[in-house]
Amino acid sequence: MLTVPVEIQILFAGIIFFLGLIGLLVRRNMIFMLMSIEIMFNAAGLVFIIAGTHWKQPDGQVMFIFILAVTAVEVSIALAMILLVYHHFKTLDSDAINNLKDTN
Amino acid sequence: MDVFFYIAGFVAIVSTIMAISGRNAIHSLLYLILSLLAISVIFYLLSAPFIAALEVIIYAGAIMVLFIFVTMMLNIGIERETEKKWLRPRMWIIPTILAAILLANLIFAIKSVPATRTINEAILPKQVGISLFSTYLLAVEIAAILLMAGVIGAYHLGSQKKKVKHRFLESK
Repeated sequence: MLTVPVEIQILFAGIIFFLGLIGLLVRRNMIFMLMSIEIMFNAAGLVFIIAGTHWKQPDGQVMFIFILAVTAVEVSIALAMILLVYHHFKTLDSDAINNLKDTN
Repeated sequence: MDVFFYIAGFVAIVSTIMAISGRNAIHSLLYLILSLLAISVIFYLLSAPFIAALEVIIYAGAIMVLFIFVTMMLNIGIERETEKKWLRPRMWIIPTILAAILLANLIFAIKSVPATRTINEAILPKQVGISLFSTYLLAVEIAAILLMAGVIGAYHLGSQKKKVKHRFLESK
């Protein structure tokens, strides 16, 4: 049986979450930004599982299943939008998509 | 059992760092799959075997394959100039400091609550299923509507629209 204290487990999930946050802040490639969002979703699900195990309730796992569904929808829509952006702008750089700003 | 948690956690953190800092998208995606597999090991250790299986099947199997397909369709690798310009080591400093401050905040919050003892008992898929289809039945239906909206949205975004232009605009 796992005897790691729950604080360490939450801390681990927090480290994963903040790595995803750093990636989202630093990267400008939209594929990498979406990957970072995935990392953060996954860390949030990990916290749900940790809490569900801690309180011995199945609700944490149920919530993880919902997170999984939301993630699947979000990824499919976002990747379709990334494909559209790439076909339109010929780049994946998120700084290039500022056409609302009147530059030319 | 504890040593497995630390080993899997180490692998997950290192592969996540490699995933967010890599230049090549495919390499980063493969590192991300490794990170997800390590987290799946942690789910198993946290006595959630059903979720561990779901993590491998849906996250590492379906979602990451979707990522890899799109990355292959986009044929990235030609254009990385802006990213190369932006991705200097100096750019990592401020976001890392800010995230570290938030992490320190989290550590402080964890430290300030009294320690409690965890007694692990496996939560079997049967309990999860009973809870999912009794207590959370409405949420399951909402998730189904969300998935339907996702299918329709992805179809709409992915369908090639025929360009309709007036002939006066065509010559321009």
